[in-house]
Amino acid sequence: MSDTPPQTETVTFTLNGKAVEAEKGELVIKAAERAGVYIPHFCYHPRMKPVGMCRMCIVDIDSGRGPALQPSCMIEVAPDMVVNTESEGTKKAQDGVLEFLLLNHPLDCPVCDKGGECPLQDQTIAYGPGESRFVEEKRHHAKPIAISQNVYLDRERCILCDRCTRFAKEVAGDPLIHFTERGSSTEIATFPDDPFSSYFSGNTVQICPVGALTARPYRFKARPWDLVENESTCTSCSVGCRVSVQTSRDRVLRYQGVDVDPVNWSWLCDKGRFDFEAVHGDERLGAPLLRRDGALADASWNEALGAAAGHLRTALETGGRGSIAVIGGARLTNESAYAWAKLAKGVLGTDHVDAQLGDGLPAAAVLGLPRATVDDVCAPGGTVLLVAPDLKEELPVLYLRLRHAVVSDGARVVELSPTATGITPHAAVSLRHRPGETAAVVRALLAGGEAPAGVDPDAVAAARDLLAGDDLTVVLGRSSLAESAAGPVAAAAAVLEARPGARFLSALRRANVHGALDLGLAPGVLPGRVALDDGRDWFTSHWGSVPAAAGLDTAGILAAAADGRIETLVLLGADPLADFPDADLARRGLEGARSVISVDLYRNASNEHADVVLAAAGYAEVDGTTTNLEGRVSRVSQRVNPPGTARADWIIAAELAFRLGEDLGVESVADLWAEIEQVAPAFAGLTADRLASAAATDGFVVPLPAEAAPEAEPDEAAEGDGDAGEPGVTQPTAEAVSEPADAPATEIVAGADEDAAADDVEDAAADEPGPDRPALLSFAAGAPGEAPAATDAYSLRLVVNRRLYDRGTLVAHSPSLADLAPPAVVHLTPKDHDRIGVGVAGVTEVRIRSARGDVIVPAVADKGLAPGTAALAFRQPGADAATLLDAAAPVTDVRIESVEGGGS
Amino acid sequence: MARLSRDNLALAQEILARYPRPKSALIPLLHLAQEQDGWLTEDAMEHLAELVGVTPAEVLGTASFYEMFKRRPVGTYVINVCTDIACSLVGGDELLEHAEETLGVRDGGTTADGMFTLQGVQCIAACTEAPCLQANYRYAHRVSHDEFDQLVDDLRAGRKDAEIPRHGVLARVRQTIPAERAAGAIVPEGQSEPAWLAAAESDAS
Ligand code: SF4
Ligand code: SF4
Ligand code: FES
Ligand code: FES
Repeated sequence: MSDTPPQTETVTFTLNGKAVEAEKGELVIKAAERAGVYIPHFCYHPRMKPVGMCRMCIVDIDSGRGPALQPSCMIEVAPDMVVNTESEGTKKAQDGVLEFLLLNHPLDCPVCDKGGECPLQDQTIAYGPGESRFVEEKRHHAKPIAISQNVYLDRERCILCDRCTRFAKEVAGDPLIHFTERGSSTEIATFPDDPFSSYFSGNTVQICPVGALTARPYRFKARPWDLVENESTCTSCSVGCRVSVQTSRDRVLRYQGVDVDPVNWSWLCDKGRFDFEAVHGDERLGAPLLRRDGALADASWNEALGAAAGHLRTALETGGRGSIAVIGGARLTNESAYAWAKLAKGVLGTDHVDAQLGDGLPAAAVLGLPRATVDDVCAPGGTVLLVAPDLKEELPVLYLRLRHAVVSDGARVVELSPTATGITPHAAVSLRHRPGETAAVVRALLAGGEAPAGVDPDAVAAARDLLAGDDLTVVLGRSSLAESAAGPVAAAAAVLEARPGARFLSALRRANVHGALDLGLAPGVLPGRVALDDGRDWFTSHWGSVPAAAGLDTAGILAAAADGRIETLVLLGADPLADFPDADLARRGLEGARSVISVDLYRNASNEHADVVLAAAGYAEVDGTTTNLEGRVSRVSQRVNPPGTARADWIIAAELAFRLGEDLGVESVADLWAEIEQVAPAFAGLTADRLASAAATDGFVVPLPAEAAPEAEPDEAAEGDGDAGEPGVTQPTAEAVSEPADAPATEIVAGADEDAAADDVEDAAADEPGPDRPALLSFAAGAPGEAPAATDAYSLRLVVNRRLYDRGTLVAHSPSLADLAPPAVVHLTPKDHDRIGVGVAGVTEVRIRSARGDVIVPAVADKGLAPGTAALAFRQPGADAATLLDAAAPVTDVRIESVEGGGS
Repeated sequence: MARLSRDNLALAQEILARYPRPKSALIPLLHLAQEQDGWLTEDAMEHLAELVGVTPAEVLGTASFYEMFKRRPVGTYVINVCTDIACSLVGGDELLEHAEETLGVRDGGTTADGMFTLQGVQCIAACTEAPCLQANYRYAHRVSHDEFDQLVDDLRAGRKDAEIPRHGVLARVRQTIPAERAAGAIVPEGQSEPAWLAAAESDAS
């Protein structure tokens, strides 16, 4: 990492009579704004290239040849430039531009969603002429027209600023809207029957400076002055975009993107923007459910918690600690995740805890690999290796950032993937390989090994050149759920072996999965990125006890349950029947568990098997923090009340502990955070004060760098460094640990402002020389697994990827998004497509048969597929890819045959 | 009708090869599509979008900017009668009115037999020869009402075929650029063609 500050030359110019410093190359409008002088504008947007369309920003600029009216959004500051934003000429120009913009503007502010927050309205009042000389009939259009399912266009209101169209082309890369016609007939349009179906379409509504673009989910719902807002963080995926949650009368009405530099640059994806509807979904659980006479029925909290505690107690008595398992937790805030980890591992004593549903990576890899941030991955001129799923489908705003890095900042992407992805058109090299070969391809690229057959040798050579440098940033995830996590993990090990300085960004998708793992909701770890054995003494001193040995992950838990070895299974916001990539095992597991407790927002397939369902409070209903894929901790805010009597997950954990005769020792989210900061090593120094400070908008990547902990007492700090520097790691890749981003945090003694509860917890550690704060976990490469056997001549290797819109909870319960989920269809290489005979004699569907089961789906030819593979997306309407998968198999081979007669 | 025919596709490939970037070929290709069908169908615009690697919306944006690209069916002959100031002073408006009577359609309309589309237009840059008109962009100067009727008769009877091709045909002589002089496709700066693309294409064949 280069810590040298960017070399910026400064330029001095005169602004309204005062000398002002600006960066060289800065636009006048921006330099003026930084100097506190606002220049009215419509088309200029700080995150897009200027176009000079609207002329509103015209000011007097004298570049040495006398003052002239020039658009300040198009002119760069120059030495000795004299800018006057208050001159007579400027005023007259502003007057004129506004009068002109309003010629055809309908001025229907009273029925316009934008009224009250409209730049056109505001600037007309501030800078406009007050009346118009235009008495002729205005232009009329049908209003509004839908340009996509969720975005409506009122052409009468449009001032042709080119923001939406620029966004579509420049930022989203989906130029599906365009100016059409000419002169006063110019309008924004899509191609007929080709809607603006961009994953990012909602951003155009946010940036349209008038009410021309409105979002269907928000139309006529509220006036801006009735909205109350709080900054929060989107948890619809793990990118963690900063949002403003806007509510009125206890309803969430919309999210708007907030511009933070390190993450989302003000953009949101449509899933994140519009799935607020799921907060108030009709089917939200407002009360606990208890199984009575075979059916789930409403119950009081007392009964339900009593019953749940009863199941746990019975399990402890009959099966012992190892007979309880907890699956899920990625939906939870960090605080709730910690409370559940403490309940499961400290109170119930089980380590069979996993926040992932067999669709992620082992916690040891996610927590232990040296880390990269989004900015590292998107560094100008950098090279990034993608061993990851389709970012556009799974982590949309990360895709936007990476796309920008490539298109505008000269970054280069080397992509390893079995299928073409959203980033493929921007990749310098995109290598197609079959599942199971990931590590072999990485070795071929970085260590000069032989690339597996079928991988294009020219592409390998090109990629080798690009990856020759020492610095390497990798985005690591599962490009196929039909390949076990061992593939990408082996790939990561291969990267580290060849490039010890490499850093990784985890591409796990689920909401707060990184927070859940950080806080111990995974087998073999304890809160704060600590391995179970390393943290045993420390946590025993805080919690009283910890599990004796590492437990099972979700696949292991389900298998154990299927064998009758799990008494009580807790589903913590998890729906394994729908989400676990092995439908058969999930079903057997749920049926095999003696009792099932579900903590959820909704009823789902899995909690139909539950004996108790505890209604949880969800997003926008709880305060706390969340952690994104970088390890960036940022706040989520409560704005509305949960439905009925639904409760925060941590309260449920505390209540259950209480009923088991234990005390979690926390009474509020603040208590929980104070305890996390004290107890969980990765979070040391991230005090509540810090989280409440202005800097918190950007969030804090944990562990905090040592210098960011000013209150640290020197001796403590040294001690912290001491035990951290000797992580007791024995694995071959220990060099990687010296990477600063991964260096354990300095130990910090928090200020005196901590809550009493935390102090209680801390007593032992503070007064006596208790156990040392454990070191953070680091990645140890396991023995490389066997390369999976080659497919036989009749089989294709299955790729199971994901689409942004699927049948997942958030999308399914958001009416504006639910029907955007595309039906399942299998992608075949053109060769296999023809060989199987799709498209011949009316055949459109194929049967895919694996060792586990079969599905019938339509098929399409796809040139972007690796030879010998077939790709089917997970959880789409029409077919369940999970029925084909075997969680224990490293890869899945399938046979595909045409289904005579086409349609089902 | 609709997408480019085999022959026209071959022509399109030839045109594309003349330009360093495919997008530059869009206007000539729009003319080619209009020549094929007499107007620009949506299917044709979609086909061109595929050929030059942009979205159909972008093709529409370009096509709709130019008045000469018709996005509705028009007659075999499009007659533009100038009604701008110079022509108007010497009977341009009357000429348009007369044309409406003769053809039995209003300004902007197309005759039932699909032969003529009539349009009143702004100055067509032949003011010294006012009043004037164009039939498929071929000029007629100082047009009297009788001459107009004669022109219509001649066009109907096919007597003008040698001078005035049907709508959409810009010129009978097609520009040919020998292949060795074509600029040929270049890969945008700073990018290499993804190697898998060639691989996938050879795999597909
Ligand atoms: S619709 Fe809005 S953003 Fe798009 S050009 Fe019109 S005014 Fe600008
Ligand atoms: S990319 Fe992820 S975090 Fe950002 S808005 Fe979309 S769902 Fe939310
Ligand atoms: S803001 Fe400068 S021209 Fe629009
Ligand atoms: S006015 Fe008719 S050609 Fe100029």
